[in-house]
Amino acid sequence: MDIVVENLTKKYGAQRAVDNISFTVRTGEVLGFLGPNGAGKTTTMKAITTSFAPSSGDVRIGDISVTENPEEVKTRIGYLPESNPLYTEMPVIDYLYYVAEIHGIPKKNREERILEMVDICGLEGEKHKLISELSKGYRQRVGLAQALIHDPEVLILDEPTTGLDPNQIVEIRELIKRIGREKTVILSSHILAEVEATCDRILIINKGKIVADGTAEELRKSAQGNEILHVGIEGPDKDQLFNALKEIPSVESVDFLDSKNGYIEIIAANGMSSRKEVFNLCVKNNWELTAMIPIETKLEDVFRNVTMK
Amino acid sequence: MQKIWTIAKKELRSFFDSLMAYVMLVLFLGFTGFFTWMPSGQDIFLINQATMQPFFGIAYWTLFFFVPLLTMRGIAEEKRSGTLELLLTKPVTDWQFVTGKFLSTLMLIGIALLLTIPYYITISRLGPIDHGAVIAGYTGLLLMSSAYIGIGIFASSVSRNQIVAVLLALLIGIFFHIIFDILARGVSGITGEVLHYLSISTHFESLSRGVIDTKDLIYFLSITFLGLLGSVSILSKRSLSDA
Repeated sequence: MDIVVENLTKKYGAQRAVDNISFTVRTGEVLGFLGPNGAGKTTTMKAITTSFAPSSGDVRIGDISVTENPEEVKTRIGYLPESNPLYTEMPVIDYLYYVAEIHGIPKKNREERILEMVDICGLEGEKHKLISELSKGYRQRVGLAQALIHDPEVLILDEPTTGLDPNQIVEIRELIKRIGREKTVILSSHILAEVEATCDRILIINKGKIVADGTAEELRKSAQGNEILHVGIEGPDKDQLFNALKEIPSVESVDFLDSKNGYIEIIAANGMSSRKEVFNLCVKNNWELTAMIPIETKLEDVFRNVTMK
Repeated sequence: MQKIWTIAKKELRSFFDSLMAYVMLVLFLGFTGFFTWMPSGQDIFLINQATMQPFFGIAYWTLFFFVPLLTMRGIAEEKRSGTLELLLTKPVTDWQFVTGKFLSTLMLIGIALLLTIPYYITISRLGPIDHGAVIAGYTGLLLMSSAYIGIGIFASSVSRNQIVAVLLALLIGIFFHIIFDILARGVSGITGEVLHYLSISTHFESLSRGVIDTKDLIYFLSITFLGLLGSVSILSKRSLSDA
């Protein structure tokens, strides 16, 4: 079931938390939602989950509009809010039973479904404990179980892996990926590596507007300007090396990172690669090439680029 | 309907899980028991009649104070902890939610009143008792409680602070409980009659004397309904206050 966000705007007073954004998430796609704090991620997610009505614009889950038919939308979405609110005075299993009843899961399937969730989310040893006794990681699992219990077609997860230990993070990521094959998932996160590992597509928003949209690969390509090489060359003295490199036509600038060991950053001219020429230069002069590292634009750089403007 | 029941059941359980229910039951039975049976100036031995009037009189006041204490947590706490936001993204309407909360509190009051049935049995052994007046009196207590629950739930939905909720409920409640009545005595004409009609004591007294009048029923049910309507409309405006 696709999620279609159309010209969504949400105002708080004069401030626009979300400013006229539109995007579509297809079935079987996991969308990573990135942005600095206060960019409007949570606001967008809340609008999708019918927590409030948008100031203007609309969100459709399949053909169902959140403004026209929120009740129908509610049966099709699972939502894990950032703060993961739970009734802490309830035992885990009772809470899941309550949520299952709220979702109207028929009595004959209820038990089975709850045990399945306990199993999937790894709550077997904790199911009779009070939620208030659980650690943050286990609470997060309860939150996830509550979002998944009615087998929703659309899953909205606001920072699902906060507070989990590295093993749990890997497990939850696997789980999200598995779910994402058949369902539509939007997940927000601050951890870029996580988004890269779990999501098929990345959407970056800043100040309520979409500033980047695409796969991790596409984003990197679009942000990458000139080729950057870090090269280590031993043999010649500093000036000789500098001049020789400068003469290569594809080299735009040369900068010594560490002058003693001859460690240099070479930025190639726009659209060109200087790797071969640098190598040939060393061979010709019998210099020792000790390192040649192409520097890739990291997702962090992409993120900083589009959100610092 | 199923969902209202689900919510009511869960809320009732949480009253008992949090000990709130036990404390309330013990206090309620303690207060009413003391003033009904022990030499307190209005106990039934002093009155020397087989009547539940002393019990109804004291329950009238204890419930006035206890109901806001039971309802204050209801919505305020869910607002504060964020569970309200999550619940309202689930297939539950605001009405189902509010009605579920209402029913759970009413059931707890019902349990408290059921536990006073031994008073009735004891008194009926002591002398001839007016069974009709007893039934009407219990009905009156239940109706009055439901009006205060309505007010309490409304107060609880206004703020995320439980103290504010309980104080606001008592503030609104005291007008119905006694202030309208006092004002009515000093004012004549149509204003006086309106104030007299608005006072809960007017309606409660006629019920505890054994007269079940639709006029009184409508009065209590309207207050209840207005309270719930008020909190539903506050909940439906939640988008404006959310940060």
